Amino acid sequence: MTLPPLDTAHMLAGGLVLVSFMMLYQDRLSALINLLALHALVLSLAVAWQAWIQDAPELIITAVTALGFKAIAIPVALQRMIKRLGIHREIESVVGISATMLAGIGLVALALVVMLRTTASATPLAREDIALALSVILLGMLIMVTRRNAVSQVAGFMSLENGLVLAATGAQGMPLVVEISVAFSILIAFIVIGIFLFRIRERFDTVEVQALDQFRGERR
Amino acid sequence: MTALAPIAMQALLVTPALAAAVLAVLPGYRAAARLNVAASLLSLLAALLLLGARPAPSPLFLVDDLNIVFLVLNSFVGLTTSVFSASYIGHELETEHLTRTHLRFYHAIYQLMMFGMNLALIANSIGLMWVGVELATLSTVVMVGIYRTHAAIEAAWKYFILGSVGIALALFGTILVYLAARPVLGTGVPAMEWTLLVRQSGAMEPALLNVAFVFLLLGYGTKVGLVPLHAWLPDAHAEGPTPISAVLSGLLLNVALYALLRFKILLAGNQGAVDPGVLMAALGLLSVLFAALMLYRRRDIKRLFAYSSIEHMGIIVFAFGMGGPLANFAGLLQMTLHSLTKSAIFFSVGHTAQVKGTQRISEIGGLTASHPLLGWSLVAGVAAIAGLPPFGIFMSEFLIVSTSFARGPFLAAALALGLLVAFGALLTRLASVAFGEPRGPVGPVKASYLPSFAHLGLVLGAGIYLPPPLVAWFQHVAVLLG
Repeated sequence: MTLPPLDTAHMLAGGLVLVSFMMLYQDRLSALINLLALHALVLSLAVAWQAWIQDAPELIITAVTALGFKAIAIPVALQRMIKRLGIHREIESVVGISATMLAGIGLVALALVVMLRTTASATPLAREDIALALSVILLGMLIMVTRRNAVSQVAGFMSLENGLVLAATGAQGMPLVVEISVAFSILIAFIVIGIFLFRIRERFDTVEVQALDQFRGERR
Repeated sequence: MTALAPIAMQALLVTPALAAAVLAVLPGYRAAARLNVAASLLSLLAALLLLGARPAPSPLFLVDDLNIVFLVLNSFVGLTTSVFSASYIGHELETEHLTRTHLRFYHAIYQLMMFGMNLALIANSIGLMWVGVELATLSTVVMVGIYRTHAAIEAAWKYFILGSVGIALALFGTILVYLAARPVLGTGVPAMEWTLLVRQSGAMEPALLNVAFVFLLLGYGTKVGLVPLHAWLPDAHAEGPTPISAVLSGLLLNVALYALLRFKILLAGNQGAVDPGVLMAALGLLSVLFAALMLYRRRDIKRLFAYSSIEHMGIIVFAFGMGGPLANFAGLLQMTLHSLTKSAIFFSVGHTAQVKGTQRISEIGGLTASHPLLGWSLVAGVAAIAGLPPFGIFMSEFLIVSTSFARGPFLAAALALGLLVAFGALLTRLASVAFGEPRGPVGPVKASYLPSFAHLGLVLGAGIYLPPPLVAWFQHVAVLLG
């Protein structure tokens, strides 16, 4: 196998990290969801590129699911949902933007240091892909912990999951990748539509997780 | 016998899957509860059959000496819980906590969860194992939220968020193991096959395996309920229906532990990799000490026993972390007995909470006077879980502490301290719940005592006499675990 063209794969994976950073400091809910759509779009391009250079046509399925489902269907559903809940203009208090950004940079540096050192034997493409994928995963977690709103936590989780799909497609020839990515999409649909929209809306006027936090189980 | 083995293995997957599909559309709740029991019984029979004859491992599925322990235990507790659930659920319907539609959903998800756990246990591909654990987790998330109260939804949400992060980390760890295996085993399915991985693990890149194990430990450790990652566990236990608390503590934690043990064996085969036991022992000990202290301030009875589960998973992970034939043997025994005892406790607690109409410890009292059978089975269960002789857990805990004294006196002392602290907390709580003046409603209880008595009988039996074939079997598995 000749060495595949690296630069495009890197550019797309790096683009994913960049969008993750944008999500990190975005405090408007509807803008956050738009960024989530962009995130999924970049992911589907990255996966499609991997499908081409790895000669793995089944990855196209993953790319198409990412595009149709995560870049279009879910963001549209989320936008409509927050509009109906009347929180689409809401500005969220993100815990200290500068501190969050610094933490994000730290996490990316950590991911690069750890993964590049330990994957010396892997092919350069897989190495750097997995390092960038870990960055996206860690940034997704950071988004989840710095948010108070349930919708933004779902957005954080979806970006985290995009990082996992990137890692799985970057590991050449990994079995079950398509199944796992489809299963993840189903899970998210299930969460977004089923539990979340149906139950949380039914019981609460707000989707602020803080409102949920008043219950700690011990103080009843 | 041997000809039946492949069929039995398929039955472990097909039975719960089919049952879930049928239960999803079956209207009557009595018929559904019966079908639930029947399907669980069939799974147990299949698991017992596999005890005698093993099918040859395929790239996707494997039955070996390690997972058969988990399979038999899992399907046994699955069966007894389904019996308990039948009487529990009837009461929930009468008191209108749940509607008929909910119950249809409940039974279908119960079998789906059993399917997920069986899949995780018999998977030979580490990817498939991950899928199984994920499926089992997600189905329990839905179950935890089934009462749709404020508290239940928060518990389910917390469980979902922490569980998903755990799932994600475990998948990343799995991908890293694949990356480590690919240069050795070639691209594709073989590089995820556990039987091949474990044979070739010596040739893999140690640094990559180390990082992979950290992710797997954190990921699956979230499911096991190890301490910095345990926050979902008490909420999920307290707010879901009690049969689900019983299977969470008795089964799901074990399945996640099983995944962890598989990867521990993998790392142990590589000379250059870190010793995974050290990490496991440290996390286990931390869990024991933390949970033991937390036991004191619990006011909710299900939450109390949820913390006790964290404590016991800590003991078990500590034992496996210390490693060696004796500690592994004790760990396996402790795991088996904990599953049986903890689910028996939840059976009693479930009926108690139904009679008293509350889970608050302060509003429950004098149970042995008002409901002797229920009260004394709770007393027996708590005595067993606290580690009192003649119950089996006394012996396994004694074995764990004494074997670790030889190798790490300070670690063993810390563990013994944790055990004593937890012992005190459990007995204080037990005294107020079981003895004294009856508090709260004293109405009659429609309970099925059979599951609880069966479990406690086994735990008591194990404390008095362990049959030699069982000892030989566990010793053999303990050697496999390294």
